[in-house]
Amino acid sequence: MLELKDICYEVYDEVLDGDKEILNHVNLTVKDNDFMVITGPNGGGKSTIAKMIMGIIQPTKGKILFNGEDITNLSITERAKLGIGFAFQQPVRFKGLFVFDLLKFAAGRELSVDEACVYLSEVGLCAKDYVDREVNGSLSGGELKRIEIAMLMARKSSLSVFDEPEAGIDLWSFKNLVEVFQNLRKETSGSILIISHQERILEIADTIAIISNGEIREVGSRDEMLPKLMEDSMECTCLKRRGEKHE
Amino acid sequence: MSNIIDQVADKVLEIVSGLKETPKGAFNIRVNGKGVKKSSSKNIQIVSKKDKEGIDIIVAPGTKGETVHIPVVLDHSGTQELVYNDFYIGEGSDVLIVAGCGIHNDGSHLTQHDGIHSFYLDENASVKYVEKHYGEGTGDGKNVLNPITNVHLKKGAFMELETVQIEGVDSTDRETNATLAEDSKLVVKEKLLTNGKQEAITRFNVDLDGENSSANVMSRSVAKGDSKQYFYSVINGNNKCAGHSECDAIIMDNGFVKAVPDVTANHVDASLIHEAAIGKIAGEQLIKLESLGLSEEEAEARIVEGFLR
Repeated sequence: MLELKDICYEVYDEVLDGDKEILNHVNLTVKDNDFMVITGPNGGGKSTIAKMIMGIIQPTKGKILFNGEDITNLSITERAKLGIGFAFQQPVRFKGLFVFDLLKFAAGRELSVDEACVYLSEVGLCAKDYVDREVNGSLSGGELKRIEIAMLMARKSSLSVFDEPEAGIDLWSFKNLVEVFQNLRKETSGSILIISHQERILEIADTIAIISNGEIREVGSRDEMLPKLMEDSMECTCLKRRGEKHE
Repeated sequence: MSNIIDQVADKVLEIVSGLKETPKGAFNIRVNGKGVKKSSSKNIQIVSKKDKEGIDIIVAPGTKGETVHIPVVLDHSGTQELVYNDFYIGEGSDVLIVAGCGIHNDGSHLTQHDGIHSFYLDENASVKYVEKHYGEGTGDGKNVLNPITNVHLKKGAFMELETVQIEGVDSTDRETNATLAEDSKLVVKEKLLTNGKQEAITRFNVDLDGENSSANVMSRSVAKGDSKQYFYSVINGNNKCAGHSECDAIIMDNGFVKAVPDVTANHVDASLIHEAAIGKIAGEQLIKLESLGLSEEEAEARIVEGFLR
């Protein structure tokens, strides 16, 4: 399905007055129908990978293959047409465009209000209140986030990439969010790639990849990876506690 | 086959006023400098002026739910006209007035319609006024529209002005002047798109004279190509009142937009706000729509369409 081959990404850093490495020789494969979660510390390069898959940023080195085709130099639009979808970490607002418009763009065809309502209901929004809402500052961050996810449901991409879907979502919605992904799995035949820190999302993954400092540390099945992650987080907590005692 | 005037005029009429056939009720259709079809209704009189070009529209007190159509079409290149329309809206009435001017200019001459519209709304009268400006044609003659709208609102009156200019008008200088008595309210919604070398000037002058009067002036515009837009909005709060003006513009290509807010409080209980935002389409908006499979051009078009909806 998707292969990242030896991907490097560098950006100019003013403080360093030189190039800073964001991704360092990343190799990663997302298999057909895989539900992969990429996790790891903040600033490790997770979101960069997500944006690179959609074509929003270009790698400095390396190749991206999608179903065997080299898509490294393809535009965002071309990748979308091949079947890659992307839900932003911070959804965009549009003055004058309605929720219904965005769902239609996402579906790539005319939608009936009933169809649009199905997607909105799935993300816990009362559809009739939202179809004709403008996607502007009147919607809260959490509402926008859910609409962003509904768009990707309508898109039915063969690879759906979600960049921190839990960010900005309140607790009640979060519980539903896990159900949303479970449903998405059932309903779509494609692969799902989620950037997330959330244990409950990690718990429903098939595969978990850990990235830190721009490098893939480990990739493995959920059963293999979850205990390790738990151990790491325990260690972290212990270290913090020890540190407090020393002080 | 024509339904109202002739094929060319009918097409333009439909664009500016939505009319597909001669309307029912009160209307006045003006083509190439002359009134060609006119009708009054029981409650709404349309009377031609004797001393100058134009009509008086007289709405009887208490008239509710009627629509008046007063479209103008110019399809002879070189026609230039100055027209005075006065609207007398009786106490407690509630009507919709659909105006609009379309120019079809296949020639090389300047073609221009300047309409001076004066509205006198009696106490508690309510009017929604919709005006669409449009130009087309294969000639290189300029299409020019310079409307002046004067609004006088008496106690408790309400007026909503919706003006739209989307295409084909080379130059426009639109002036709107309003005076508001106590408890009256004015809402203005302007939508404007300029392209090529077009130029559009909008001037609002609003005097909030009466206690509890309010005005909300909203402009959304897109400047493409080498076009230029100027937005001047003056709101004077002369009593306990609320005034809000908002200019929101998207700039593209080599477009130029100038927005000049001017709010003056002459009373301690005057509450006035002006907002002006000018900027290109946000890159992240384009990226979002591209990630849904739209090309950059399609994404731009959808964003502009929505913005001016």
